[in-house]
Amino acid sequence: MQREQIKGRIFNIQRFSIHDGPGIRTIVFFKGCRMRCAWCCNPESQNREIETIIEKDKEKIVGQDVTVWDIMPELLADKAYYRRSEGGITLSGGEVLCQADFAGELLKACKAEGLHTAIESAASLPFSEIEKLLPYLDLYLMDIKHMDSEKHKEYTGVGNELILENARKIAQSGVELIIRTPVIPTFNDTAEDIRAISALASTLPGVREHHLLPYHRLGSDKYQGLGRNYALKEIEPPSKERMEYLLSVAQTSGLKCKIGG
Amino acid sequence: MENIKYIIEKSSRIKGLIDTLYEKMPEIESARGKLVTESYKMTENLPIIRRRSHAFAHILKSIPIVIRENELIVGSATVAPRGCQVFPEYSYEWLLSELDTVSTRTADPFYISEKTKEELREIYPWWQGKTTSDLAKANMSREAYEAFVEHSIFTPGNYFYNGIGHVCVDYGKVLKIGYRGIIAEAEAALNKLDVSDSDYVSRSNFLYAVIESCEAVIEYARRYSALAKELAAKEANGERKRELEAISKNCVRVPEFGATSFYEACQSFWFIQLLLQVESSGHSISPGRFDQYMYPYYKKDLDAGKITRERAQELLDCIWVKFNDINKVRDAASADGFAGYGMFQNLIVGGQDIHGMDATNDLSYMCIEAAMHVPLPQPSISIRVWNGSPEDLLIKAAALTRLGTGLPAYYNDEIIIPSIMARGLTLEDARDYCIIGCVEPQKAGKTDGWHDAAFFNMCRPMELVFSNGYDKGKKIGPDTGDVNDMKTFEELYNAYKTQQSYMIKLLVNANNAIDMAHAVRCPLPFQSCMVEDCIGRGKSLQEGGAIYNFTGPQGFGIANNTDGLIAIKKLVFEEGRFTLGELKEAMRANFGYGVHGAAAERLTTEIATELVSQGLSVNEDVIRTIYDEVTNQTSLSPEQKSRYKEIKRLIDEEAPKYGNDIYDVDMFARDVANTYTKEVEKYKNPRGGVFQAGLYPVSANVPLGASTGATPDGRLAYTPLADGIGPASGRDKKGPTATANSVAKLEQSVASNGTLLNQKFHPSALAGMSGLSKFVALIRSYFDQKGMHVQFNVVTKETLLDAQKNPEKYKTLVVRVAGYSALFTTLSRSLQDDIINRTEQGF
Repeated sequence: MQREQIKGRIFNIQRFSIHDGPGIRTIVFFKGCRMRCAWCCNPESQNREIETIIEKDKEKIVGQDVTVWDIMPELLADKAYYRRSEGGITLSGGEVLCQADFAGELLKACKAEGLHTAIESAASLPFSEIEKLLPYLDLYLMDIKHMDSEKHKEYTGVGNELILENARKIAQSGVELIIRTPVIPTFNDTAEDIRAISALASTLPGVREHHLLPYHRLGSDKYQGLGRNYALKEIEPPSKERMEYLLSVAQTSGLKCKIGG
Repeated sequence: MENIKYIIEKSSRIKGLIDTLYEKMPEIESARGKLVTESYKMTENLPIIRRRSHAFAHILKSIPIVIRENELIVGSATVAPRGCQVFPEYSYEWLLSELDTVSTRTADPFYISEKTKEELREIYPWWQGKTTSDLAKANMSREAYEAFVEHSIFTPGNYFYNGIGHVCVDYGKVLKIGYRGIIAEAEAALNKLDVSDSDYVSRSNFLYAVIESCEAVIEYARRYSALAKELAAKEANGERKRELEAISKNCVRVPEFGATSFYEACQSFWFIQLLLQVESSGHSISPGRFDQYMYPYYKKDLDAGKITRERAQELLDCIWVKFNDINKVRDAASADGFAGYGMFQNLIVGGQDIHGMDATNDLSYMCIEAAMHVPLPQPSISIRVWNGSPEDLLIKAAALTRLGTGLPAYYNDEIIIPSIMARGLTLEDARDYCIIGCVEPQKAGKTDGWHDAAFFNMCRPMELVFSNGYDKGKKIGPDTGDVNDMKTFEELYNAYKTQQSYMIKLLVNANNAIDMAHAVRCPLPFQSCMVEDCIGRGKSLQEGGAIYNFTGPQGFGIANNTDGLIAIKKLVFEEGRFTLGELKEAMRANFGYGVHGAAAERLTTEIATELVSQGLSVNEDVIRTIYDEVTNQTSLSPEQKSRYKEIKRLIDEEAPKYGNDIYDVDMFARDVANTYTKEVEKYKNPRGGVFQAGLYPVSANVPLGASTGATPDGRLAYTPLADGIGPASGRDKKGPTATANSVAKLEQSVASNGTLLNQKFHPSALAGMSGLSKFVALIRSYFDQKGMHVQFNVVTKETLLDAQKNPEKYKTLVVRVAGYSALFTTLSRSLQDDIINRTEQGF
């Protein structure tokens, strides 16, 4: 099969995204993820299968199979905005690495157009998959959610050993790496949790930034639309004061830290 | 950390000035009305231009004057804060019939005392048959008048009932030489005339009128000087006493002579701005490039150590408050369309100078700061943007946008300059453009732009296609055949162009009829003396005295027509999902949804009135039956209803829509827009200028939508039409960049009277320095693609819904309506809903 005929399964392309990497960006959302984070705001991204979601009483199909050339025109449509804002393309998900061959081809096509490229990924697959993307990648926005593997597994379905190992390898590859942590009350919102992640991040070669992303509930309606249960119903988003406090904790690592993407 | 330049502490004086202004409901006063009537009665034997200057002088001599508490810049048209005077020479019948309801209406209410009512009832009869409105009606062809008044195809109502306004005079010249200097110019021109010249009579009369007007203005300022002196003598507070003495000194010096300090320049500016709005009722008296002509005075004082930046800022803030002291009462219907007490005084900063270099200076930033200090609707502040605009200026502007007052509006030099050059402006004049009113570019001090000449509802000619030229049972458009017989899409599209071209012809007739009425009955010597080359030519602006003359009627409904035509092309002609005949029936039946609310009541009344006029007797039962039919459509079978609903569903869901960055659709929208703009520009006006189209509805898309039936794009009857040149409400699904890309595909340069794109953002999109930078990048990118104008509403939907529920909590909530900002709670309910429904761009 020709490389450019590889199909990827995506579920959305969102233009004018301003919180997922530098500048104004277009995000391609990949469908399918290995992890099952209880707070996931894109639950429709988790299953690899194409499925139906009920949105405002209407059925909507989630997921479509596309080639790189099917979607490049839409990714190029906002080139004027990328240029002015130093923005570009971000691949997100789901887990981009679950479709590493397609992601690699897509990033390659974006680089050929001179676009800045980024991915949002938890790096929970073998490094050989990550390597397929690295030559065409400018920025890796990587989640580290917890330093305790047991707890990590309890809340996301996978342990963190492979993730931490990959973090080091990505850092060593020379690609720009930013560590991000979704701050989820009851899971990782203590000073120790955040301090530990930030400390680890500061030991990764070349890593300069650690971003704390406050938990939000904006995706909770989607669980209902998918006929699924939202496990964190009782949890309130962290207060502004709490986030400021955790920010000050993270800053003790010496990294440039901020709240939000 | 955010790095925003020119953050200057707000003087404690400003809040008090604002509170005084907003203490109570604005009030109608009778002084000007009485004085102008008195003067006209005294001058029946004089030529009209002399009658005008006499009236102006008579008003300025006796109209009550007032210095409000703690003011530094003085001059008010009314004793009551935010009050308004009346202008019976333009029209009065509407106010006469609304005297008892004007204080209780929902949009823009005005208090009026019983005494004032009595006085107005006394003077009004004298004006019967003598107004510009009376003459305009007489001048107009019957077809044009009916298309305007009875069928609402277009409405030039603004100038039909009021003064023209819409001008930016040469403020800089008055600041420099004073009215004494203008009088000298007029005298020099008089001296050049020879009594035997064929046009000696008209020229000399005009020049005498200029001199009389300028002398009156000088006297008026002296009245303020005397009043300030009097108040100072009585003042116990030493600091305020000194302030009043300074005011008194200022008003002796300016505007008679050139300003010698920044403070004097500020006071001089205000007299010009105020008195233009006492001479005539025209709105959109726009200060234009204020940062440019005021800068030399600021710079001189600053360099000499005579003024601090804080003091200069305080004076600017005082002027900003004063802009909101001027008001205008409109008829109830217009108040719905122009809601929010809009005066449209447009002040612009930044952009290129006449040499093509960046003109940004301290005052450009400080004007934006003033708009932050004084979060009121006036003035409309605008920013000129070009490739060389400093990032700092745009970041400052974005920080103002973030406050959510809908200010500023952004304009693109790179498209406006070539666009107005194509209309005959020199390169230097084009580079020096400012914005009038809502969005209309002109070269200040040389132009009579007649911007905002009319609203043309592009959806009405489309209705006429389906009715073969009939409206309300009457043939008003050309014969374009029965839609059932149309075999191709082109036939239908051509029929639309035929209907529209005919209506544009009537629009031109209406505009020119009104234009002539103003020239004959209301020439304005004071306004004219500050626009080149009125003095040189010896004639007023209204008679063609300006260097550049235009008439700019604006079309709207592009998105509705585009979506409708695209749906017809695909679903009727390509796929055969329904026929044009079926669509016609479905639209007539409002797609099976009935008509509800206020529209249903209005429709019922109309039908009942029609029955009565046919000699039938109408009782309560008949009315109930009519109402029931209008709302529930009992005469339609369930099959018919479901078929009509299915047709709407197909249009809604299966036809692509403008505003989503779909190349073919957007290019078709461009063609639809050009059917209007390129037709309008074929015509000439009586002042020796040409017509140039604008593309924007201000807020008329709501009231004029209320008189438009269901449209082929699936829009239900009597609901608002699409706003600006943007997509129809809620149909843009791909965010602000896709919308901007679509809109940028229109040939905006042909719409040299201005275009308007509203975008709405959630405040989170502008959070932090990075939010501001990305926002600026968004504007620049739209402008890279030849967008002409963009403005933003930054306020949450929740806030607006709450403001509807608890208006008392949101008395000063300002939102951008369309080309201007207004107090949200004073808008009509339907306009409030429209603003809420505009797609919210929060991510």
